[in-house]
Amino acid sequence: MGFLFEPGFFSSGPVHTAAAIGTVTAIVSAVVGVFTVVRSQSFAGHALTDVATAGGSGAFFLGLSPLVGVIGAGAMDLIGVQRVRSRDLATGVVLGAATGLAALFLYLDTTKSATTGATQQILFGSLFTIDPSTVPVVVVLSLATLVVIGVIHRPLLLTSVSAELASARGISVRTIGLLFMLALAVAVGLSSVAIGSILSTALLIGPPATALRTTRTVRHAMLGACALGIATTLLGILLAYDSFYWDSSAPIPVSFFIVALSFLSYLASGLPIVRRRVGRREAP
Amino acid sequence: MFSGFMANAWEVATIVAITAGVVGFFVVLRGSAFPAHAIPNGAFAGAAGANLIGINPLIGLGVMSLIAALGIGSLSRRGRPDAVTALALVMMLALGAAFLSQSTEYEPQIFSLLFGEILGVSSREILPVALLGLACVLGVAALYRKLMLTSLVSEIAAARGVRPYRMEMAFLVILACATTMTVPVVGALLIFTLMIGPPAAARCFSDRPGLALLGSVAIALVTVWAAIASAYEMNWPVGFFVGAFSAAWYGIGRGYSAWHRTHASPLAR
Repeated sequence: MGFLFEPGFFSSGPVHTAAAIGTVTAIVSAVVGVFTVVRSQSFAGHALTDVATAGGSGAFFLGLSPLVGVIGAGAMDLIGVQRVRSRDLATGVVLGAATGLAALFLYLDTTKSATTGATQQILFGSLFTIDPSTVPVVVVLSLATLVVIGVIHRPLLLTSVSAELASARGISVRTIGLLFMLALAVAVGLSSVAIGSILSTALLIGPPATALRTTRTVRHAMLGACALGIATTLLGILLAYDSFYWDSSAPIPVSFFIVALSFLSYLASGLPIVRRRVGRREAP
Repeated sequence: MFSGFMANAWEVATIVAITAGVVGFFVVLRGSAFPAHAIPNGAFAGAAGANLIGINPLIGLGVMSLIAALGIGSLSRRGRPDAVTALALVMMLALGAAFLSQSTEYEPQIFSLLFGEILGVSSREILPVALLGLACVLGVAALYRKLMLTSLVSEIAAARGVRPYRMEMAFLVILACATTMTVPVVGALLIFTLMIGPPAAARCFSDRPGLALLGSVAIALVTVWAAIASAYEMNWPVGFFVGAFSAAWYGIGRGYSAWHRTHASPLAR
């Protein structure tokens, strides 16, 4: 075991915070992510991290970025993110504008306050540099997101699978879609500032896409995505911690390990042997 | 404003705008905005990797954006395209982050790779940019009819024997080529803006494909020129103005098409 767990792993404060935040975000990302993947809104899910990043780079604190994300989601909805034909474009236009703002804010950040590492921190983030005082904010807002998804999950699932059927049943497809976009914006905005925008997208899409390929029902996919998300996060933290002992001058970022593990598990789920065991092709 | 290093900036910006206008038109038409966002970010990883092992960044950019394009194209065939693109994107960015952590480059380097340094272009960088830009435009010209067909009426395209998968791969390679040339100049994040805003606005002004394509190039040119002039005057990053002007153009386009719909005579519709 000493070979696997380098000294001090279990008693390190940053590791505890990283594991706590990592687990919470992995669970929320898995639940929201399964719907995101089923609804083919991965692009919007990713773009909202960048939108939140733009807000985060302006303010450089946690509280504002979910709000900015919500504004971005509102703008996407206004342009037409819910219509299949303009979904891509609506996301792209908002993302482009947000990117421009991020460029300005980062520039002003680096010239005015000379904070080095701002760009790196915002984009790539690090689970090891989280301020423990942000943990309660993340947990409370995550719970709120989970409650919203829990309340709307039945109509949400129906609108995701068949919008015609849902509207025949009297469900307002647009309202449900907008509620989901807002929940997505809050979840993603939170995680992108807490753990960096790359990791946020990886946890939102990776475990859910893998789980959806290897399970038969949405509920199983959700449980599988949660388990996979938590496992990848914790394993990533362990590897990053250990990498500090391989070469202490240049430890490899924790985000890299988690993203790589998510990507590899997705690739593995597409292997013929896995597909045969599950015994079905992915729904189009 | 037009002398010395600024002359290089104007020339490169013009080339980039023409290419982005042409390639971006098909990005919008085909709904490929996500790959168009992902591939330049992958190229960023290539530049970081080339930096680490000490080869010409342009080679790293080219190789990694090709890998990104072909990887996204082939994996999309057997999975959900948008989920695959998202995963490929974050994998590339994470690789870039890992490369950067192993090298000694710092903040300004990342900032310039992501947001570009158009005002710092040297004259010997212009030729490769021009050649790659020409290759992209020629590639689009050669495939123009087939691309149009597969993008707009895929059934007719299939009936005529055009294979959608091959077209998609060919288009992704063109996208990778456009990316390689533009990332060092305008940055990974802004080439995307330029490929979405102007073409999307141009489509609001005209339904005719040829006219919309020309409009897309024209709007991209005006956007970039205005952005450089504003950046020079106000000393803010060019990227901010490109993003703001592109969004403004799209807003104007949507406004125009809404006005047109209510004011056009019923016969003309």
